[in-house]
Amino acid sequence: MNTLTFPRGGIHPPEYKLSEHAPIENFPLPEIAVIPLSQHVGAPAQCLVKKGDKVKVGTLLGEANGFVSSRIHSSVSGTVLKIEDVPMANAYKVSAVFVKVEGDVWEEGILPGNQLMAIGNITSEQIIQKVKDAGIVGMGGATFPAHIKLQLPPGKKPDTLIIDGAECEPFLTADHRLMLEKPDEILRGVQLMMRALGVQRAIIAIEENKQDAIDILTARSENLRREIAVVSLRTKYPQGGEKQLIKAVLNREVPSGKLPIDVGCIVNNIGTAFAIYEAALLNKPLFERIVTVTGPRVPRPGNYRVRVGTPVSQLLMAAGVELDKVRKLVAGGPMMGKAGSTLDFPVTKGTSGLLVFYDADCQPRRVSPCIRCARCVQACPMGLEPYLLEKLGEKNRLEEAERRGIMDCMECGSCSYICPADRPILDYIRTAKARILKIRREKKPT
Amino acid sequence: MPEYLPLLLISLGITGVLGLAAATLLHVLANRFSVETDPRIGQVLEVLPGINCGNCGQPGCSSFAETLVKSASSGSLGSLYCPPGGESVMAQVSSLLGLAVTKREPLVAQLRCGGTLKTAPERVHYEGPKRCALAHNLSAGGSLCPFGCLRLGDCVVSCDYGALIIDPDTGLPTVIPDKCIACGACVRACPRNLFHLVPRGRKERRVHVACQNHETAAVALKLCKSACIACGKCAAVCPVNAITVENNLATIDPLKCIACGKCVPVCPTSAIQSTFPVPRSSEKEA
Repeated sequence: MNTLTFPRGGIHPPEYKLSEHAPIENFPLPEIAVIPLSQHVGAPAQCLVKKGDKVKVGTLLGEANGFVSSRIHSSVSGTVLKIEDVPMANAYKVSAVFVKVEGDVWEEGILPGNQLMAIGNITSEQIIQKVKDAGIVGMGGATFPAHIKLQLPPGKKPDTLIIDGAECEPFLTADHRLMLEKPDEILRGVQLMMRALGVQRAIIAIEENKQDAIDILTARSENLRREIAVVSLRTKYPQGGEKQLIKAVLNREVPSGKLPIDVGCIVNNIGTAFAIYEAALLNKPLFERIVTVTGPRVPRPGNYRVRVGTPVSQLLMAAGVELDKVRKLVAGGPMMGKAGSTLDFPVTKGTSGLLVFYDADCQPRRVSPCIRCARCVQACPMGLEPYLLEKLGEKNRLEEAERRGIMDCMECGSCSYICPADRPILDYIRTAKARILKIRREKKPT
Repeated sequence: MPEYLPLLLISLGITGVLGLAAATLLHVLANRFSVETDPRIGQVLEVLPGINCGNCGQPGCSSFAETLVKSASSGSLGSLYCPPGGESVMAQVSSLLGLAVTKREPLVAQLRCGGTLKTAPERVHYEGPKRCALAHNLSAGGSLCPFGCLRLGDCVVSCDYGALIIDPDTGLPTVIPDKCIACGACVRACPRNLFHLVPRGRKERRVHVACQNHETAAVALKLCKSACIACGKCAAVCPVNAITVENNLATIDPLKCIACGKCVPVCPTSAIQSTFPVPRSSEKEA
């Protein structure tokens, strides 16, 4: 099988897939679940419960507040203790519902996932409604509400659905394990998405370092050959980037400032496909996810099915991490994840992994001047000039940075990774992007 | 007579004639195409500070001089003002152009955070690049206070006049009032909007609440011992009602404040700071 890849830029970081052979374990319920009302891109959910309310697993806690927003459901059963602001990984606070866990009682209507459900004759509208009701967001880490992606803008018609199983970030293995353990459910999820979008073709793209996942999905989709194809991608970062994936799989280029739908495709993550299966056929809201807990010195790297709202410190302890030795905790993958400020933030819908580094793993960066070696230009998968954008961002020359395409940057971090001078290129670009977005929002008439 | 003398004379003659011709041509052309400039522009430019800070709204001092002269010929200087130059420069401008200038209270930059290394210690070790803008984007900062000073000194870098230094004891940037020209660079540089330009006040007497934390008392105190807890004691003692407590934070209106200093000793967390010594008569409470 020949492998596909995107042509421009990219890097080859060491893979460190330490937890790829650790089967997914169900993580025990926490004593108190802290469920943030903002776990997605967009407006925080509107809280529907109050102190003292009894909730079950799957009870609606927050209603979507606006177009780009998502519902939040309880991940545990018990009593609402309080609604209070809690610090998230970056120590900025969001409103959260504290639930004292009592037993594990599920809302009626949620089916257990132990048997594979048939799709039946569910319609496109029903699927989208169920995805919306279940509060499903993009599980790759971007946490964009999934139902918006399934609702096609008028006049746009995609022909292909691409499922991202690249998991190109080093260390992370959550999607890999899910593909190995729930291949049929994922395929059902893909079929549901195809029906919702009205497309005839879906391509599941997996990096070749996960040959076992490619094999199992190929075997299970034998009788779906006409609609679902499994392709293998070269192991290269950022292979799972939306635009890179489209280029690699379909050889289509998404123009600057446009969306995949503009070139006739929709990209969704493996985890999202699985969540959509659970939502549409089991009526199960999104209240748990697979989290990879790993790190070079973690005694038992593993993959856990964790209820949203579980404190990460409990997960770390389960993996054998000594909390007082932790020098750095990264939420997400090593390339795009962000270092946390505390060890006590709750797991959210977007927590794909927890990376733990001890003192010995952390070398402080020794920043030296940029000598225009252009390694970052070679590495940038978007064809930008990161060294220049860094300087423009540092000098706050935002208009010129915008002209130079800074908004096309997807923050993959290849430039910072490759830089021999260890310059914080991405940090400046990210800050400049945030400023530009802020100015744009302020300009917009309200 | 040396052999080379005729050659020397000839070449001298030729250059001389060429030079004379060029000079004449330049003179004629210069007269013909000369641009009328108001001589006052140059004079005004002389008295302006010449630091091109842009605080007057113009790109630099020379274009501000042009704007001044231009509006002088239309009869009034309007509200044009050179903030770093202040009253003395504007007085000179006024005498040069023979027109009245607006009066403005001289301003100074003020940091509204009192989270020192002692009262708001580093709880998280930040290893990224030492720039506030980047740290602010990533997290709530070393002290975990999402409102307070990140103590990485973007303001110090932005100040062209050496008016800001990081105090090694507190970790906070300190304004040197004599050097501050209120150009506003630090106001723009601070990602948390902790700097404000305030009137210098009579005899440089100023009082301000050194906190911008909008959290409730219990939450704020957990992160910073010198946070404003919105107890309202300051508002109660203020003789001129210059203090308002809103959204868990007290604010002093610098225009109303008479800098009597009564609010300073009553603050239980010492969040109110003054530029003049205030005897803490109520020491027994502390």
